[in-house]
Amino acid sequence: MKRLLALLLVFAAVPAARAETLVAAISRARVDITSNFTGAELAVFGSVERDAATIARATGYDVVVTVRGPRGAVTVREKKLFGPFWLNADARKYIAAPAFVSVLSNRALSEITAPELREKLRIGVDTQIAARPSARFRLDEEEPEFRAALLRIRRAQGLFSEHAEAVQLLTPTLFKATLHLPGTAPLGPYDIDVALFADGSQLARASLNFTVNKVGSEDAVAAFARRSPLLYGLSMVAIAMLVGWLASVIFRRD
Amino acid sequence: MQIYLPIAEMPIDMFVVLGIGAAVGFISGMFGIGGGFLLTPALIFLGVPPAVVVATQAPQIAASSLTSTLAAWRKNAVDLKLGMALLAGGLIGTQLGVTFFNAMSRIGQLDTVIAVSYVVLLGVIGLLMLIESVGSVLAIGKTRAAAPKATRRWGERMPWRIRFERSGMTVSVIPLMLLALAVGFIGAVLGIGGGFIMVPALIYLFRVPTQIVVGTSSLQILVTMIAATILHAVTDRGVDLFLGSLLMVGSVFGAQFGARAGAHLRGEYFRLLLALLVFGVALRFGLDLVARPEHPFTASATETSR
Repeated sequence: MKRLLALLLVFAAVPAARAETLVAAISRARVDITSNFTGAELAVFGSVERDAATIARATGYDVVVTVRGPRGAVTVREKKLFGPFWLNADARKYIAAPAFVSVLSNRALSEITAPELREKLRIGVDTQIAARPSARFRLDEEEPEFRAALLRIRRAQGLFSEHAEAVQLLTPTLFKATLHLPGTAPLGPYDIDVALFADGSQLARASLNFTVNKVGSEDAVAAFARRSPLLYGLSMVAIAMLVGWLASVIFRRD
Repeated sequence: MQIYLPIAEMPIDMFVVLGIGAAVGFISGMFGIGGGFLLTPALIFLGVPPAVVVATQAPQIAASSLTSTLAAWRKNAVDLKLGMALLAGGLIGTQLGVTFFNAMSRIGQLDTVIAVSYVVLLGVIGLLMLIESVGSVLAIGKTRAAAPKATRRWGERMPWRIRFERSGMTVSVIPLMLLALAVGFIGAVLGIGGGFIMVPALIYLFRVPTQIVVGTSSLQILVTMIAATILHAVTDRGVDLFLGSLLMVGSVFGAQFGARAGAHLRGEYFRLLLALLVFGVALRFGLDLVARPEHPFTASATETSR
């Protein structure tokens, strides 16, 4: 027992040997949006594979699953007081900000690894939006305020979130992460980044992806609007006239 | 019950949308206005993207104004000739307004232009109407209201006079066209039908009987909104079939009850209510402009890569 403990201590002191590899899979590769779509649950399964030379770690593994939605440009504007009026004054544009971010982990991120490493490895919601380098190569002192505001707005909309208990370690090497996709989840490609930690350092990383698409009547309507916009507009007018006329017939009393 | 909107790309509660449609329809049927200035903030509040809101309310307003127009038509309360004159002026005004709108959005500060115009325009109209209607409501029963006078004379002296039998007036088309042009312009800039400017203007400036104004204004809004639906579908593609259909089912029912309520309302009370509505909206926009915002920052997605 004593010898084993001594051996473990030696292993803990030595920088991680990176002998672990990560195998991960997702419960489905596409989420279909139908007219009764209000959200979806996805499961990410993973297993930690050790080579024969590696022995179990004393502290156990930590798993962080980062889900990112489709990227797009976002403009953040700040209102300022001009005389008696609050007007949009200043703005910052973020070119490739993800429209959705969900960070799932088995415990609080602050317990898993140090802030500097989280920043470097892009672990956590706050690290997901990249500051756009200033065109004039000057330090933009106000930019962090805009980024913080964008993060706050997206959190309030439920599009950016962190879930410290969404990853379950079923056995010391087998885990399951549950992702809840809200009904307002943006459509498009999503990527999943799975990171394995132990003792505060990253051991392995794996990536997966899935897409969110409209199907059935949702897709048919959207495709109709896209392919023949004039006909689509005319159909909308026809429906409006029918509804308006029907109502006046139904309600006719005189 | 939740339903997923194909163009807005979000789920929404069907009954909430039906309810909002009914409430806005009631007001629009009662006053012969489109109600866009009420529907827009309500839908944006529910999280529908503004571009979809502006585009989708056009067919909804078209449906409820068809119902109002038909109801007024049966009561012989539509002045077709007046409607046509207003439409002709309105089309030119709308075109000018769209040009101005695009120019302002290129410069930026479109939000401010819209908010300031709402406040100034509605504030002035609302206040004037409020003063007049409170006066006439207080005067009910005291004396037989003196027949409206004087105001129409300036229009009667101009050339190209036309007799509008249904409205009981003979007036030059010049001031009518100018009014329609101004309303079309303002409507295009603010993204609304402009009924709530047209209705008081016809009542106060031209002394057209209230019932005729409502019917004629509904007709004008109907034609404008049909054109707007097709334009939006072809250009910005924001028209949501599901959202539009739900809104219109709610609103046509609301409009029926609204039109009936409006018909039984005394002219004085009608004008007072309309004045309060217009003034209330002005106040709301004014407060938005002056009050310290809860969060000074706003975020808007510019484009999403698919």
